[in-house]
Amino acid sequence: MVDTLVFLVAALICLTGALGVVLARNPVHSALMLVMTLFGIAVQFVAQEAHFLAAVQVIVYAGAIVVLFLFVIMLLGVDRAQNLEMSFLPIQKWAALLFATGSLAIVVALIVVVGEPVTGAEAMGGALGGTDDVRLLARSLFSDYVYAFELTSLLLVIAVIGAVVLVRKPKVTDPITAGDGGAK
Amino acid sequence: MEITTGWYLVLGALLFIIGGTGLLIRRNPLVMLMCVELMLNGVNLSFVAFSRTLNDIGGQTVVFFVLVVAAAEVVVGLGLVVAILRRQPGATADDLSLLKG
Repeated sequence: MVDTLVFLVAALICLTGALGVVLARNPVHSALMLVMTLFGIAVQFVAQEAHFLAAVQVIVYAGAIVVLFLFVIMLLGVDRAQNLEMSFLPIQKWAALLFATGSLAIVVALIVVVGEPVTGAEAMGGALGGTDDVRLLARSLFSDYVYAFELTSLLLVIAVIGAVVLVRKPKVTDPITAGDGGAK
Repeated sequence: MEITTGWYLVLGALLFIIGGTGLLIRRNPLVMLMCVELMLNGVNLSFVAFSRTLNDIGGQTVVFFVLVVAAAEVVVGLGLVVAILRRQPGATADDLSLLKG
């Protein structure tokens, strides 16, 4: 009973936030709605006993990523409202709605048809063991997935270097793009 | 009424599709990046639901990797947005068709 109530309230929070991200005209409101969705997801993680992931979700997503978004919005000063009606392709909105309803129908139909996906197979990566999910996660991360873990560290280094290179102001101005202040 | 895995999967699918629709209809590159985050979170929820159902820690480990990739994606994406909007203030996704030929 409590589980059902927690799921429904958290799902409502998630979906309200998600719709808010898409429909808010002001990017700052979108970012704040994203925080709401992320907290809802964290509640769902706790409900499924992924306590460590819930903590990481709040710290990394709500604490770092959304703050980065807000920082860039304020830095660029793009926090003014956007007209949602303006669209490059006239049929774009309807095509998007068609995509949304179609793919949602397919996914929900698949979930309903397949039903409960419990196969009774043994867990390959180690079974969940009650409350010490941090230990299990660490063991899985540093044994079975250790190469992937090392690759993600490489990915982060590449991302940091790429961000620095992208945002750096060029010392020598490029004669092609400097003339008219960027192509229109 | 008991909450089964299917409920979590439907919620994840809804989040994924709301994010995908937002990616298609919004023009602001920052909001488009936020919609990508929504899609990733829908997938994360499905992974954790399957991890719980199948009693396998692997699902939660994959969520960890998704978090790292999402962080890297946001860093590079926001770097690109800053670089573009510094040169072309107020640019939307439609204005970035310079390579169209």
